[in-house]
Amino acid sequence: MSAEVTILGAGVAGLCVAHELADRGAAVRILDPAGGPGPECCSWWAGGMLAPFCEGEAAEEPVTRLGAQAADWWQAAGVPVARDGTLVVALGRDRGELDRFARRTEGHRRLDGEQLAALEPVLSGRVSGGLHFAQESHIDPRTALGTLRQGLAARGVCVAANGDLNGTVIDCRGLAARDRLPQLRGVRGEMAVLRAPEVTLRRTMRMLHPRHPLYLVPRGDGVYMLGATQVESDGRGPPTLRSVAELLNAAYALHPAFAEAEVLEIGADARPAFPDNLPRIVPQGDRIHVNGLFRHGFLLAPAMARMVAGLVLDGEHSEFLQ
Amino acid sequence: MPVFYGTEIASPLMLGTAQYPSPAVLAEAFHRSGAGVVTVSLRREAAGGDGQGFWDLIRGLGIPVLPNTAGCHSAHEAVTTAHMAREIFGTDWIKLEVIGHADTLQPDPFELVEAARILCADGFKVFPYTTEDGILGGRLLDAGCEVLMPWGAPIGTGLGLNNVYGLRTLRAQFPEVPMVIDAGLGLPSQAAQAMELGFDAVLLNTAVAKAGDPAAMAEGFARALEAGRLARSADPMEPRDMAAPSTPVLGLAVLE
Repeated sequence: MSAEVTILGAGVAGLCVAHELADRGAAVRILDPAGGPGPECCSWWAGGMLAPFCEGEAAEEPVTRLGAQAADWWQAAGVPVARDGTLVVALGRDRGELDRFARRTEGHRRLDGEQLAALEPVLSGRVSGGLHFAQESHIDPRTALGTLRQGLAARGVCVAANGDLNGTVIDCRGLAARDRLPQLRGVRGEMAVLRAPEVTLRRTMRMLHPRHPLYLVPRGDGVYMLGATQVESDGRGPPTLRSVAELLNAAYALHPAFAEAEVLEIGADARPAFPDNLPRIVPQGDRIHVNGLFRHGFLLAPAMARMVAGLVLDGEHSEFLQ
Repeated sequence: MPVFYGTEIASPLMLGTAQYPSPAVLAEAFHRSGAGVVTVSLRREAAGGDGQGFWDLIRGLGIPVLPNTAGCHSAHEAVTTAHMAREIFGTDWIKLEVIGHADTLQPDPFELVEAARILCADGFKVFPYTTEDGILGGRLLDAGCEVLMPWGAPIGTGLGLNNVYGLRTLRAQFPEVPMVIDAGLGLPSQAAQAMELGFDAVLLNTAVAKAGDPAAMAEGFARALEAGRLARSADPMEPRDMAAPSTPVLGLAVLE
């Protein structure tokens, strides 16, 4: 008889755990009051960068090590993964930031302006050099969530708005689980989506800046996701003018053709994080929490899903188990 | 140890809370350095919601909180932010920062004095972020401030004490006023220099938060401050141009 599991939450954590458990033969159901992945979950607003090395600049070591599995996991799950790497640049007087970033990260190659322009011709003459993280990649979060949901539905795993808590309960509700995890806090992020057909970037770009760092993830067809602020607040309201102005200004500084871009969307949400900004698996009473993925939802959810599936099906202990 | 508005603090190191890799690293930096005051910015952290989770962590450090008005560009904005801070943190201490130029982040002296006057009259204990200008310092004291916080260099630059002459003059001009070097420090040696010049404390953020190992850097600053404080209290020698041997030559053995 297969293990019975109820998963709470249909964000990136819940769907990855469901996918992993269903793959390993468990009888899974998912409960989410919103009825499925959508604007209610913070993963909807994510960048979808699978950038374990770049994140290593500020994150603890496990993020780099465990994040390295993510791209293969997503690809195996049927999600298109763009594997062109990340380009990290700094403009003008901020070039010192590039040296600091290079010192604190691995997996990169230093490029001069010409080498960089060979990878991204649209930056020719605009950027004097940068770092190429060739092993990094990105996915479209909404496509990824949709692909997981469809794959699960094809195996009979559906998302219901409510129901009984049968079998092992895995709580992947993110910030909503704060009633049971008092150490959890919200870290707000604000983003924008632009269409700029004149800008032809294939790779995720990170522009370093002491005040207004920017990342830019190509979604194809001239569409770019710009992110993301990091504000110590659990506010989930609309983005502030200042944050949007800073993001858009930074994009314009990277390439003036962004001035003609259409602003398709702006959004904001709060990500769940523990004090060390690392995720945790917390058995507690009637359930197991999987939470605190911070800004690393798509990067770390696959590794977390493997760990929690190992725990539920085989009693395996893993590093994030409390 | 420095006394601000009648309260003695445990260390001359005052640390900001922005830009750390995580709150856990932030807490470690505070524990390892034994920082005496924690400063926290309200403006950005409020952003349409509730920063309660983060503020609980700040309160949990168990040291005096000095909220600040970082990012305010007018007296009006700063006064509003100060009132929010008083409600949220239950303290009448406020680091008053009124920025006059978006690029250099230098204080706007006119708005600063205006905001200081309003807040002091309203019972706030104001810690003004100012320049080394002595006239401005005098005006802030007239407005009711009992502490001055001159910059070492513009915020976030890490350039150290940019105008040593000006800072020494300000120190000498108001010898009884507690003074904090606020902003611009990048290395512990600069903090030691500030203490050697007779300043009572330093306030910094980026130099620690953006170091590869923030906790180690925070401890480095704490030790440098102690070194500088000891040096000041020990009455250092005067520099001079002529060399003077530390070992007397008279009476040396003659080996021929």
